[in-house]
Amino acid sequence: MNIKQELGNRLVFFDGGMGSLLQQNGLAGGELPELWNLSHPDLILKIHKEYLAAGCDIIKTNTFGANAAKFHDKEHSAQEVIRHGVALARRAVEESGHGIVAMDIGPTGKLMRPLGDLEFEQAYELFREMAVTGAQSGADVILIETMSDTYEVKAAVLAAKEHTNLPVFVTMIFDAQGKLLTGGDIPAAVALLESLGVDGIGFNCGLGPDQMKKLMPQLTECCSIPIVVNPNAGLPKSVNGQTVYDVDPQEFAASMVEIVLEGAWIVGGCCGTTPAHLAEMIRACRGLSPIPIAPKNRTVVSSYSKAVVFGSKPVIIGERINPTGKSRFKQALREHDIPYLLREGVAQQQNGAHILDVNVGLPEIDEVSMMEDAIRELQSILDLPLQIDTTNIEAMERAMRLYNGKPLINSVNGKQDCMHSIFPLMKKYGGTVIALTIDENGIPDTAQGRVEIARKIMETAATYGIEKKDIIVDALAMTVSAEQQAAAVTLEALKRIREELGLYTSLGVSNISFGLPQRENVNTTFFTMAMQNGLNAAIINPASKPMMAAYYSFCALTGSDVQCMDYIAQYAGQASAPAVPASSEISLTEAVIKGLKESAFEAAKAMVQTTPPLTIINQDLIPALDVVGKEFETGTMFLPQLLMSAEAAKAAFEAIKTYLNTNGQAQVKKDKIILATVKGDIHDIGKNIVKVLLENYSYDVIDLGKDVPPQQIVETALQQKVKLVGLSALMTTTVVHMEETIRLLHEHVPECKIMVGGAVLTQEYADMIAADFYSKDAMGSVYYAQKLLG
Amino acid sequence: MKWNQKEILRYLGYRGKPADETVLAQIDGCIRELEAVLAPKAVFATFDVTVLKENQLEIGGMHIQSKQLSQHINGCKQASVFAATLGAQTDLLIQRYNILDLSKAVILQACAAAAIEEYCDERQEEIRRQAAEQQLYLRPRYSPGYGDFALSHQKELLSLLDAPKRIGLTAMDTFVLAPSKSVTAIIGFTHEDTTCHIARCMTCTAKNCPFRKED
Repeated sequence: MNIKQELGNRLVFFDGGMGSLLQQNGLAGGELPELWNLSHPDLILKIHKEYLAAGCDIIKTNTFGANAAKFHDKEHSAQEVIRHGVALARRAVEESGHGIVAMDIGPTGKLMRPLGDLEFEQAYELFREMAVTGAQSGADVILIETMSDTYEVKAAVLAAKEHTNLPVFVTMIFDAQGKLLTGGDIPAAVALLESLGVDGIGFNCGLGPDQMKKLMPQLTECCSIPIVVNPNAGLPKSVNGQTVYDVDPQEFAASMVEIVLEGAWIVGGCCGTTPAHLAEMIRACRGLSPIPIAPKNRTVVSSYSKAVVFGSKPVIIGERINPTGKSRFKQALREHDIPYLLREGVAQQQNGAHILDVNVGLPEIDEVSMMEDAIRELQSILDLPLQIDTTNIEAMERAMRLYNGKPLINSVNGKQDCMHSIFPLMKKYGGTVIALTIDENGIPDTAQGRVEIARKIMETAATYGIEKKDIIVDALAMTVSAEQQAAAVTLEALKRIREELGLYTSLGVSNISFGLPQRENVNTTFFTMAMQNGLNAAIINPASKPMMAAYYSFCALTGSDVQCMDYIAQYAGQASAPAVPASSEISLTEAVIKGLKESAFEAAKAMVQTTPPLTIINQDLIPALDVVGKEFETGTMFLPQLLMSAEAAKAAFEAIKTYLNTNGQAQVKKDKIILATVKGDIHDIGKNIVKVLLENYSYDVIDLGKDVPPQQIVETALQQKVKLVGLSALMTTTVVHMEETIRLLHEHVPECKIMVGGAVLTQEYADMIAADFYSKDAMGSVYYAQKLLG
Repeated sequence: MKWNQKEILRYLGYRGKPADETVLAQIDGCIRELEAVLAPKAVFATFDVTVLKENQLEIGGMHIQSKQLSQHINGCKQASVFAATLGAQTDLLIQRYNILDLSKAVILQACAAAAIEEYCDERQEEIRRQAAEQQLYLRPRYSPGYGDFALSHQKELLSLLDAPKRIGLTAMDTFVLAPSKSVTAIIGFTHEDTTCHIARCMTCTAKNCPFRKED
């Protein structure tokens, strides 16, 4: 049976549950079901054959948890149980005379970073071993199932597709609201999986057929590939310590018929379903044909949690994560100040951006590793899709691989070598690309010329199997002060690209006004004109109030903002809101003591115009922090207040830093201090508290982050000639790594002192592991640093 | 979810002292943000307890060497193995404020810590009712990491309940739970109607027990 040929011509049937049947046969809780491939081969073979006898087309191997991270048997390896598992399924197929074998791949049983400790490439490696072993042992297809995290599923799909030629089906576990455990929704999962080129998508486990039926419309609305549905026999119930499922075969079959009528092409069962359930389902589905799939042609990108669809109204792409013309941002990149990037990202989200552009290229830094770090960190705290913006093809590939979703790619253009390097990456990792209308001959000065380049890009993409829905054309806004017709040409080009080629369009809007005064005037009007000409996405600064006002007004006026709700939400009540008290009314000292972030920022911004930064720091900021520190010590102020003050002081420093940067001056910092959460520990709030306080006292903190190997701390201390290292550990299990780090530091950097802190530590413990100082709270570390370094 | 402000302030180190308006308002704001992302789930099952030898017992196939756990469930013939989590999105929210605003991160931590305990109490009610049908009472939850009950049992305990698949709760290589706002525990069934047979917290060796009352 050739599955790809059968699909769509007739319904295809998966088998049902395996683990639940093994439990009925005595498999104990916590026991590895895959080991039964070796210990009870006859039973496994019998179950497979019963499913085939019931009429199932595809049987799943008993290999769900056979990955090296989860499989911990002393005698047998994961590979060994996979080989036996596939062989048993193969034998069942041969003896039954029909059917095919699906290599079953379940989740690793671990959470990926940042939630857990599993790295993307580690997960990839676990899945690679499973997929390769399954394929070599004779599986016909790969089924990646019971997945609850888009990132883990991406690792699994890439591993299967890069190392085997087998068709890949993916089913994920959603709750009754259609959400994954990590918060992702169905459209986000579909955007990712379709773009990775899987052969079928669907649901399994977690829910019974009735609940899955209710989720079907959400899936069929956005999905253009075959749908797989393998429900449990109802929701699990615990009776006398046993898990039971109470949907009987007739009821199951009746619901499955409805699921087929909703559009599923491949149906089967999961936990609690038996050969009887499947026989009944197959009998009931006889005579039904698969419902044809209409291509949805959605131009879509996604994050781990949601999809952004182009077309119904313009999409705002935030442009602020980009060093061009921003000295403060360049400094952040040189200092590897990722939190600065993250704050830029969050601010843009709060200002209404739907997607964030990420450009971290600077000649003096390693763009590839910076891009990796930026993508990894941005996607761990933001749920907006990202636009990967680089001309460095290696940085592009690493970012596309690590990205948790379907990215927007910025950009491809009409040059042959550019197209031939970008399109293969898109085919492999998925994505939607921004296509610039420029080629070897430059930017055409006519709309016709730009339409032709767009057409060339579209046609070349098609030769790689990339559909036009995944191309968004940027018709290029050129400076109107240099070329009178620039705006008209761009607008005509984007209108024609939209109408003649049926492609969506985007623009980097603000280029238009380069060299003119009061650029926002021109930008806003041009933006409105572009939207009126069919612009689908704009790369702008969402902090610009006039630009966002133009956007919200346009949506309201064109009927794409239902009942003007977004507009009203943005602007209602603004006129009558009381004026914000002027920041000058409150002193910097007072703002810091009271923990008022904005006031502290404004006060420092005003002061730095007239007062030297060092004077502000020594006469206002430090005394204010001292007051707060003392009150915290004496128990009249508490941790939340201490931190509000620390954040306010930090905001004041940010104002000073920006001033210094604009004037080309460097900030005076005291000695360097390394901070790190030790190896194995990924909880870093405590370390971050110490960091903000030490930075407020002007120490030059080298933050190595969390889960830091001892060797890295020692090397940094040596290279940077650091006299003080602060280590944090939260768990008794990670204090051993703290001890090792201290031992290595004392051995290799004897002049360096080490202070420690964290929930599990005590003075006695700190003495035992030979730390130089135990800090019982965050202020303690400041006092120790002052004593040691001044 | 019921929110116990006193508990939240205790986690924030107030030790019974009052908090000012700003902090109380911050707490309210954090609770609202948490409520939007909380996805609490629990899974539990009852197993026989077998004493193998001194300080060594077996529950649901897990062999546990622990003097304090043995004392804690001394006399219990059965125990419930319990796991609960607030879900991954709570961690993501805290992580976000860990970068953006530490004071909120710390308050969110405290709120989430109070919330997971509250949720465990709620779900434990179901176990209490089951036990009551057999005229049995519950001992307090006892978790890996308390006393000499080794954290390394975390993985076995989770796999016994199929917790990674059922509720998305996993353990890292260091046995730290992920998502972090989660609890695993063993709850003994006893014939004695006492709330806690460890009379006073200060005599207990579970130094990191979140219920520890310092007096």
